[in-house]
Amino acid sequence: MQSFRSLLYRFSTMTTLPSSAPDSTVTKKPTRDVLLVSIWRGEADEGDFEAHSVPAHDNQTVLDVVSWVQQHADPTLSYRFACRVGMCGSCAMMVNGEPRWTCRTHVSKVADDGALTVAPLRNLPVIKDLVVDMDPFFDKWVAAQAVHHPSHSRADPMQPVSTQTPERISANEAIECINCAVCYAACDTVANQPDYLGPAALNRAWALINDEKDAARQEILDAVSGTGGCHNCHSQGGCAHYCPNELNPMASVAGLKRATAMRFFKGR
Amino acid sequence: MQRHRRHGLWLSFALHRLSGLGLAFFLPLHFLMLSQALGGAEALDTALRWTDNPLFKLAEWGLVFLLSVHLFGGLRLIALEWLPWTPGQRSLAAAAVAAAFALSTGFVLTAVVT
Amino acid sequence: MLTLRLYMLQRLSALVMVPLVIGHIAVMIYAVQGGLTAEEILARTKGSLAWAAFYGCFVLAAALHASIGLRTVVAETFGWTSKGLDIFSLAVGLFLSVLGLTAVTAVTL
Repeated sequence: MQSFRSLLYRFSTMTTLPSSAPDSTVTKKPTRDVLLVSIWRGEADEGDFEAHSVPAHDNQTVLDVVSWVQQHADPTLSYRFACRVGMCGSCAMMVNGEPRWTCRTHVSKVADDGALTVAPLRNLPVIKDLVVDMDPFFDKWVAAQAVHHPSHSRADPMQPVSTQTPERISANEAIECINCAVCYAACDTVANQPDYLGPAALNRAWALINDEKDAARQEILDAVSGTGGCHNCHSQGGCAHYCPNELNPMASVAGLKRATAMRFFKGR
Repeated sequence: MQRHRRHGLWLSFALHRLSGLGLAFFLPLHFLMLSQALGGAEALDTALRWTDNPLFKLAEWGLVFLLSVHLFGGLRLIALEWLPWTPGQRSLAAAAVAAAFALSTGFVLTAVVT
Repeated sequence: MLTLRLYMLQRLSALVMVPLVIGHIAVMIYAVQGGLTAEEILARTKGSLAWAAFYGCFVLAAALHASIGLRTVVAETFGWTSKGLDIFSLAVGLFLSVLGLTAVTAVTL
């Protein structure tokens, strides 16, 4: 790793320092006006990290850095983003080994001595560079029955919903998910069990269980009780630790375990 | 260690898994040792003399620690899963380790002093 | 890999063992004072139906709990699935039950 770092630094000195700079500067720590950025290029099994030196600024997000590389150094770099304000959930990447929403992650918080390693999200197939295939992630939402099951039709009058019931409060705690898959990338159980539905899908299933407008509580509990279901969770808490919206999928999965266990005791 | 694992509850998971594995590997040895009694009290006593070795005190500390940390950690997990959600899981996990440490150390001190 | 039924067996066997483990540790603290001797252990356990029941339950719950626990570890570490995994869990459970019940018989009968 150290030699990789010094290589990176050598690369950065080539572009930022005058050619007459003495060799001894190579061993110095990187200066603040340049970031040493290493970005994954290629597919999952075929590719390598590519080094870039990017101008550093006081206020700069990881997405700013990736965009700078794409706009000034290598226009063929592929990555995803849309809203840039933490709402759309499309820009998540692995930054220095941790899953982050890159548009709201400041470089100053995650850089390691001025160095950033940016890789595609863990636990999902890589399409190209920093872009992953989100299909397995969303297929599992459907498999968990984490979809709305209508209890009323448009012909029915509007259903009043109290904001004060314990169920509604639980649903509200789980509802602000932006589908960024940061929790999915943080979860070792997803990494070790390809069938495991994962924290995001199970969190949504728990929100629906508590939603009085959803008509399929039993079907959801069945869907999360199979071989890849909520009972495989080891409460490692990576999901809650990394969720950028500070949700607690671990607590939601625990809620599903509690609900299915209670149903088991009632003999269903 | 991979960076995404550097937080309290992941370490607590790792401790629970390692202590469970340790206990699972110790159990057959423990059973075989006690089965020596089939050959009479003398046979068991011969096997037990092995435990007089001072090094075994360290092993005893380890075994009681594995058992109690798996017990307290497991109680935390069942409470997490079956009781209403309780915040402060990291503190509870740390408390489980502290209690296991105290119990196993107390056990070995009892064995050494008396 | 862990279905609801295996999960319930895992958690229920754990709950059964809570008082048993606490009792076991208490007996250990008592028994270890003044050193371990076979005579002292066997004088306490031989011919006692209560100890046979206590440790018989303990062995069976531990065998069940360990076989499901190791099943998870093996599946997650080596990627074993379906049939091989079932055979492995069953083998671990039987192995620990037989060894454990032999030990219980040895010290109580």
